[in-house]
Amino acid sequence: MEGELAHIGAGLAAIGSGAAAIGVGHVAGNFLAGALRNPSAAAGQTATLFIGIAFAEALGIFSFLVALLLMFAV
Amino acid sequence: MADDAKAGGGLSFKPMDQFEVKSLFGGEIGTFTLTNVTFWLVMAVLAVIALMVLTTSKRAVVPGRGQSIAELLYGFVYKMVEDVTGKDGIKYFPYIMTLFMFILCANFLGLIPMSFTTTSHIAVTAILGFGVFIAVTVLGFVKNGASFLSLFWVSSAPLALRPILAIIEIISYFVRPVSHSIRLAGNMMAGHAVLKVFAGFAQVAAIAPLAIIGVMAIYGLEVLVSAIQAYVFTILTCVYLKDALHPHH
Repeated sequence: MEGELAHIGAGLAAIGSGAAAIGVGHVAGNFLAGALRNPSAAAGQTATLFIGIAFAEALGIFSFLVALLLMFAV
Repeated sequence: MADDAKAGGGLSFKPMDQFEVKSLFGGEIGTFTLTNVTFWLVMAVLAVIALMVLTTSKRAVVPGRGQSIAELLYGFVYKMVEDVTGKDGIKYFPYIMTLFMFILCANFLGLIPMSFTTTSHIAVTAILGFGVFIAVTVLGFVKNGASFLSLFWVSSAPLALRPILAIIEIISYFVRPVSHSIRLAGNMMAGHAVLKVFAGFAQVAAIAPLAIIGVMAIYGLEVLVSAIQAYVFTILTCVYLKDALHPHH
């Protein structure tokens, strides 16, 4: 029974990956929207773009990690 | 594996088997046992030496293929350090260049079929992440003394908000090494597990061609992710370094 609950929990933790996907899409989409308005300023902001994506993605990776722990470590 | 599939009545996926640490010459795994992790870490170091030292040893005025790659990578990281940390961060460029090249080579070597991805283990990335964290914290206190603590005291915020912001800033500061290392390990682990799951679909003859195309597509994505994660790790190191050198908001 506990193993089954852990699997359900792992599935629930996978929702976090979708949330991170929304976050990353938001960052990239807004960057593109801004870049198309002022393309000359876009090149200087790619580093900021990647930092933003990395921060948004990290939390999705945390949920992935929780899922992995529930699948293999609990 | 085929027997397992029949016994289970379905497909057999073992996506996590590839991350198993095995001893190279048999025997129990102790502190100083040579394992496949050791082997691939050494391979990563040798790859960095081959790419950065051997190709540039001639110092040709007109660079050859290898030397141009080495020069491009050097210029890329140098510009990144200069842009993010400013002129006074250039002193720490060798450390950041080492980190970038090592992670890049370890990631790419992990993509060779049947090889082992060292950066998919939190034990490896945590050493890199905590190394950066400790180095940057010590550097911040050495350079700025106690005024380094003003990093946590957001002077541009209203006075009433500052204690609350200080708590949030301190928590986020100490989560940095954790997220820094787990980001790299998690990305590598997730990507390689996805590759194995797609390869597992080849067990069904009807969708096997589709599975091969899927593996190829995911592999291409993984090459991109390997480079981007090395870049992200390095640029975050630069950002943390900038905070240590200029803690005032």
